[in-house]
Amino acid sequence: MRLLLDLAVTHIIGRGRQTLVAILGTALGVGFSIAMAALMQGGEDDFVAQLIDTMPHVQITDERRTAARQPAEDEFDAVAIAGLRPRDDRRGILNPTAAVAALSGWIPGTMSKSLKTQGVVRYAGQDIGISIFGVEPRQEARVSSIAQDFRQGSFDSLIAGGNNIVVGDSLAKRLGADLGTTVTLVSATGQTRAVKIVGLFHTGVTARDEGEGYVLLKIAQILSERPNAINEIRLKLDDPAAAPAVAKRAEALIGYKAVAWQEANESLLEAFVIRNIIMYTVVGAILLVAGFGIFNIVSTITHEKARDIAILKSLGFEARDMRRLFLLEGLTLGLAGSLAGWLLGFALCFGLSQVELHISGGTVGREITKLPLTWSPWHYLIAAGFALAAAGIAGYLPARQAAKLNPVDIIRGAT
Amino acid sequence: MSALIEAKGLTRVLPETVPVTLVKDVSLAIGERELVAVTGPSGSGKSSLLYLLGLLDRQTGGALHIAGKDASALGERDRARLRLESIGFVFQFHFLLPEFTARENVEIPMRKLGRLGAREMRERADALLDALGLADHRGKRPDQLSGGQRQRVAVARSLANDPPLLLADEPTGSLDSHSSEQVFAILSALVHERGKTVVAVTHDVDLAARMDRRVHLVDGVVTSDERNGG
Repeated sequence: MRLLLDLAVTHIIGRGRQTLVAILGTALGVGFSIAMAALMQGGEDDFVAQLIDTMPHVQITDERRTAARQPAEDEFDAVAIAGLRPRDDRRGILNPTAAVAALSGWIPGTMSKSLKTQGVVRYAGQDIGISIFGVEPRQEARVSSIAQDFRQGSFDSLIAGGNNIVVGDSLAKRLGADLGTTVTLVSATGQTRAVKIVGLFHTGVTARDEGEGYVLLKIAQILSERPNAINEIRLKLDDPAAAPAVAKRAEALIGYKAVAWQEANESLLEAFVIRNIIMYTVVGAILLVAGFGIFNIVSTITHEKARDIAILKSLGFEARDMRRLFLLEGLTLGLAGSLAGWLLGFALCFGLSQVELHISGGTVGREITKLPLTWSPWHYLIAAGFALAAAGIAGYLPARQAAKLNPVDIIRGAT
Repeated sequence: MSALIEAKGLTRVLPETVPVTLVKDVSLAIGERELVAVTGPSGSGKSSLLYLLGLLDRQTGGALHIAGKDASALGERDRARLRLESIGFVFQFHFLLPEFTARENVEIPMRKLGRLGAREMRERADALLDALGLADHRGKRPDQLSGGQRQRVAVARSLANDPPLLLADEPTGSLDSHSSEQVFAILSALVHERGKTVVAVTHDVDLAARMDRRVHLVDGVVTSDERNGG
């Protein structure tokens, strides 16, 4: 009702300085919570984006989630087998052609099959253990993030000759090797092969830059003496969010363990949930404190304006109107504070987005990054929602008191 | 023609540890076009009676009909509505809202009732103020007005919704003799020219003597009820 709003605004304006403090308190609460939410969400999004970029979205390995069941167990319910020594199965994904064919039809994205094995690079009297990935260069370039991280050469360089390898730049540095150097690759089965370095990559992840080498799939199969074997299928999906569903379907289809990136990083993602709970608790607490400011002013007004309440009631206003009037005052303060807080939050976010961080990137000198901030209308709405709820409660409590006021008591007191 | 106010055995007891009787067994019938003075010594319950008649307070015993409606049967909301439509109050102190201008104060009951448009309300407020000689003071706030002017604004406000009944609690109590005279003339004119009913509590014997009817209260009991020339 316009009339009540007029009265409410008049009351609030009548208490200039106190009003300003209450609005400022709410604005600070709203503003900082928006900035905090933007930072938190920004950090999370940035981290997840990096995860999605660097990891395969779904990784299918030659493991199974449960131990192989004995045929007798399937046949008879009561069978219990003890002291069994399981047969040594051939390692790797059995029948890779069939597995790949089963997936290739429906996967919404690209797929790369590879054979991962352990080995040693030997050069100038040094032995360094690395993971050797046998890949098909064209497929790998589409799935792996390393494709973007090449300093020199690329996955395609592997195709040029049978005995080529690409390694991380840190590994090459440790070996004292460079592009074009021929090093000796020794596999776990004892096979050796001289390979030439045709590409260098730098991912920024030390474990990868120092410990990974990529060769043609065929060479990895020869080195590990497992012709035609693969033990990893990696998927890069068009929509990373679809990974769990794809993983589930793939696992059901071919029986091997398929891990979506969300599953692989479950503990990290859980930590984000906890972080968000902490954030919203702090935000709630800040706005609760702001609510006290509003409670203070509205309850002061109800005391000061007791006479006005009596007048209005004698004119024919109801208890309900009085309750609404003071609730409206609380909400008006909350709203004014929220709007000011939006401006403040926006300004803070803008300011923070201008900050440049100089993070030492170890061997490669300094990398300059900006603070990751996520702009979302939800942050603004949630902060304002919290503030209005706090303001509503802060206005309602004194409003209830005001509604109960008996006009006769006040008129008697005044006359 | 039924009486505007009809009280039978009206009683108000404050429920303290030792109950205090403010108004005791008052029976009154006040019709239209009456100018009634309620007199009595301090603490005789004359103001309390007025609050009961104005539905600001609830009686603890007896029956009260205002404009034909049984007041004790009405809920808080209906009582507030009846107050808004049918009863105007004028108090000893003007009781205007200090932040609003004279015109805005007069408009408030009309806005609450919500029957008129913004322009009509403004015109009516101005007309009421003009009729009470406040044409030059429409836009002034209460603290820019003299005591007599404020009281006249209060009268204008009480007339905003054109109620048949005006209740005044010591309307001249805080005014000098000149302003008192003015306010009395206005109340008198309201009754005799505009057909309102005015019930005014006063301890001013001269003023009471000039009213049409005098109800005298002592200790919450009506001791005399007489009419001029009647």
